[in-house]
Order: sequence, then structure tokens, then C-alpha cells
Amino acid sequence: MIETVDQIFVIIKRWLVAFAPQASQPFVSALISVAAIFAVFPSLFALTTILERKGLGRIQNRLGPNRVGPWGLLQPLADGLKALTKEDVIPSVADRVVHFAAPLVLVVPVFLALAVLPMGRNMEGIDLDAGVLFFFAVGAATELSVFMAGWSSRNKYSLLGAMRAIAQMISYEVPLILSAVTVIMAVGSLSLVKIVEAQSGYWAGLPQWYVLTPWGFAAFVLFMISAAAESNRSPFDLPEGESEIIAGYYIEYSGFKFALFFLGEYVGMFAISGLGITLFLGGWHAPLAFLDWVPSYAWFFGKLLALICLFIWVRGTLPRLRMDQLMNFAWKFMLPMALINILVAGLWRFMPVGWERWLACGALVVGPYLLLAKALLDNNHIGRRVYRYAD
Amino acid sequence: MSPVFIILALLTSLSALAAVSLRNLVHCALALTITFAGLAALYLQLHAQFVGFAQILVYIGAVAILIVFAILLTRGAEPAGVSLFSKSWYLGAGVAAVVFAVLAGVVLSSKALSPQVPPLAEISVHQIGDQLMTRYVLPLEVLGLLLTAALIGAVIIAMNEGPKRKKEIPGADRLSASATNGDGQAHEAALRGLAVDAGLPGSAGTASPEREVHPGEVAT
Repeated sequence: MIETVDQIFVIIKRWLVAFAPQASQPFVSALISVAAIFAVFPSLFALTTILERKGLGRIQNRLGPNRVGPWGLLQPLADGLKALTKEDVIPSVADRVVHFAAPLVLVVPVFLALAVLPMGRNMEGIDLDAGVLFFFAVGAATELSVFMAGWSSRNKYSLLGAMRAIAQMISYEVPLILSAVTVIMAVGSLSLVKIVEAQSGYWAGLPQWYVLTPWGFAAFVLFMISAAAESNRSPFDLPEGESEIIAGYYIEYSGFKFALFFLGEYVGMFAISGLGITLFLGGWHAPLAFLDWVPSYAWFFGKLLALICLFIWVRGTLPRLRMDQLMNFAWKFMLPMALINILVAGLWRFMPVGWERWLACGALVVGPYLLLAKALLDNNHIGRRVYRYAD
Repeated sequence: MSPVFIILALLTSLSALAAVSLRNLVHCALALTITFAGLAALYLQLHAQFVGFAQILVYIGAVAILIVFAILLTRGAEPAGVSLFSKSWYLGAGVAAVVFAVLAGVVLSSKALSPQVPPLAEISVHQIGDQLMTRYVLPLEVLGLLLTAALIGAVIIAMNEGPKRKKEIPGADRLSASATNGDGQAHEAALRGLAVDAGLPGSAGTASPEREVHPGEVAT
């Protein structure tokens, strides 16, 4: 009974595929998986917009949207209608083909990336042997859309925002991939299904997730920070902040194309959170052994919602980072920490199980963190406050 | 010659043609990106998963971005003043025909085209990693050395020139001390330069003398 509920979507899919002729069954199977992803993730996007606006509102001591529907829950519907019916304004000097293609180049790779995430037991879109590499490859392809949007608008603020965004994204890709490399080292495979399988099992009641090891925790923190920077989320949203550069590289987009950018950004956030869950938080495994009866997809989406709430929380709390602070943070702090973390992960793998392992790896993670942080903060020369007046 | 291969080959060659003959430089760069994608698809069709995805990650994710950055930061995006095709095009056509003949000869006489080739077993990433660490470890180390040399070269080119570039603005050294000390300031120095060029407020430091107001004093 528990197993049926857990595998209910797989059973439904197999039953639907059986209706198709034998030769085209792989295609129909893939089509059904794609349809399921397209049904779930845009609805999650709608839920996230309302969650974010209400959550940010409460953090800022105000109510969020509460007019449309009970507690404002139909707000995404109103937003979608607005985006669909708004006039599509294109600047007359804009490069039409590139301007049109930019939102598409953002949305398509982001949905491609969702295909390799295992969302439940036997519930991945496709089990690629090089799944993690595929994910990062299509993630890298989204950066081109930022350039296309910024360039084609023929607007200097748009171009400036695009340049900053691309610089930020390629800078934060390095710690992102390096922190994922530690997990790949521990598992020995690039396949996401095998990575989730390697985190099964419970030891003294606690799950064997990688986030509960010293190197895994450091890698998870680095991964989440880089994920926020990759999706241009606050506090890394200087390229698109409203008070900074008037929405940066998508200034000249209105109506449905803007909605597509918004969708692409949020679904990108889901995809990279999903990867974080798969690599560090044990994928679809339950946190405690006796909670095994809850279906696996419920755990995956529960963890995904928790990470989304974490992103919203961080957005409402921390101020925006300035461009040079952002870059310094990536290259001077996160990259050395990610490299040291790879060393620690290797040490963990080869030391015998016991408290010495924890002590050595914990010291090797915490020590450089404190030293680096102290060194970088000392360089800031924060002295007495100086007021500058316009003369 | 399956239909998938024909479609991919057409896509790749047409976008490569577009990359060399379009007028707008940015369009050329984007057409080149489509060529890279077509090549990646060809690798994937040959069941070389690792190479295909690495092609997307490296070429589209890094090389194409490098090309567009080069276009952004220079004035190369203005439309070409002179015609794109040279007057002595027949010489170029001759050279192209000779190269094509040589390549076609090599490809047609290779063993891969003979019908008795058994299908290759699918190579897993695990095996590639194994080979890289045992049999091909010397090329791997040479690659690492090459990348390190490129990184050091990039940092040296973009490095701040040291004390003779610092402007002596009273009070502004506290602002700039947090940003420009030491070397390796490639990114943020370039970006600050660009921000200054774009005239963004607050990025050029202050040119007017500051008045230090200590907390507790009333400023008049």
C-alpha cells in the first residue's frame, strides 16, 4: 500500500504508455515525463510568487497581496492575465530577432535541466550517466540569454546590467561546480540517481546525507550561496535591482516576455535547489528512518519548498552586495574555500571511520574559514564614519 | 546517413556559414554558438555523452561568452564599413577546394566507413576518468600547467599598475582601500573602470574635499 502510493505516478505513466503502439513507446514515455514536468513546475512557480510576496511582506512588517482571492492566493492568476494582455513594447532600434530569442534561450535550458533531477523513487526524467555534467552544461547556456537581452535592447543601462550579470554568473559558477565536485568524488559517479542512492541508509537514527559531514556542510553552504548568485537572487541581484539599474538587462521587455524571464529565473532557482537537494540533502530520502512511509516525491518537494523559503528569507533579510564586494567574495573567499573543501573531502574518504576523522576534517574546514574571513575583513579598513557633503 | 545526422549536419554547416557571412558581428557570434550546439548534438548522436556535454559547457558556456565579452568591450560591433567579401575571392575558393579534396580523401579512405565495423561499446565517464588518471596522466598535467599559465597571464594583463595609478584624493583612500589593494584585482578593477566610464554616481571616488564630521558635532 505504501509502495503503491510512493510509486503512483510511475504506475500511472506505465499504464498510459501501454496504450501506445510498441515502436513509439519510448517517445510516449518521454513525452509523458515532459508533460508532468511542465505541469508541476510552472504551478510551483505560481505558488512561489505568492509565497515570496507574502513572505517578504511579513518580513517587512506589512501584509502581502491580499485583495485577489482569499489571502491573495489568486494573485498569480491576476499577474498571468496582466502579463498576457499587456502591450509588447519593443524599442524601434532594438535588434528584433535577438530581442525575441533571448527569453526563449533562457527558458529552454532551464527546463532541460529539470529533466535529470530524481524527484522520487524511479521518478527522474532521464537517468543520464553524466547527469551532473549535463546540468551544469545547460546552466552555462543560460548566460548567453542574459547577453542577448542586454545587447539587443540598445540601451546602455541594459548593456551595463548584462555585463555585470554575466561577470557575476561566470564568477560564481566556479565555486558552484567545485562544491559539487566534492560530492562526485565521494560517490564516484556523475549520475544523479546513483548520488541519491549513495545517501540512503541510516546510522544511529541519523540519515547518511552529505550535508551532515564537515566537508558536505561547507560544500552545501558554498553551493547555496553560489546558487543564489547564479539565479541573480538577492543579495546578489545588483544586475537587476530596481533601485540600482532599473531592472538591468530586462528593462526593455514588457508583457509576456518579461513574464518568461521571470519564469526562467524562478524555475532556474528550482532546478538548482533541486540539484542541491540531490547532491547534499539526500534527494528523496526521508530524514529519519521511521518516516519512510511518506512518499518519496513528498520529501523531495518538501525539501524544495524549504529551500525556496530559505531563499525568500535571505532575500528579505540581507542587503544587496555591491559589485566589487560580490566579485571579491567569489574569487577571494569562496574559491579558496571550495578548493580546500575538495582536499577535506578526499581526506574524509581515506581516513578510517571515527572521531579523528571528524576532528581533522572539521578543523580543516573551520580553520581556513576563520583565517580567510579575518584576513579579508582586516583589509577593509572600516574606520570612523566620514560624512561627505555636496559642495 | 540517418535523418537525424542530416538535420544536425545541415544545422551546423548553415550556422557556420552564417557565422562568417552575416553583417552584424553579434549575429555572427550567436550563429557560431549555434554551430557549437550542432557539434555537441553530433557528439551526442555518436553516444559520446561526456564529450558532448563538455562541449556545451566549455564552448557555449565559456568560449561563446568570451567572444561576446570581446565584442562588448571593444568597438567591434559597429557595422562593417567595407564589403565582407574580398576582390580576389577566386584564390580563396581554390584553396578551399584543395583543402576539401584532401579532407574528403582522408575521410573516404578511413576504416570507419567500411561496413564491417562492429558497434563500439558505450564508454562510461568512469572509464574516461580511469584512463585520464592512468594512461593519459601526462597530457592531463600538461593541460593543468597550460591553464595555470593562462590564468597567471590573464591576471598579469589585468593587474593594477601599482602606486603610480592611485589618485591622491583626501579621504577617498578609505573608500578605495577596501577595493584596490594588492594585486589580482582584475574583475573589479575592470568593472569599476567601466562604471566610471558609464558615469555611474559614486564610483569614481570623490573629487571634492571631504569635511570630516565627527559624531556628536552638529554640521552647519
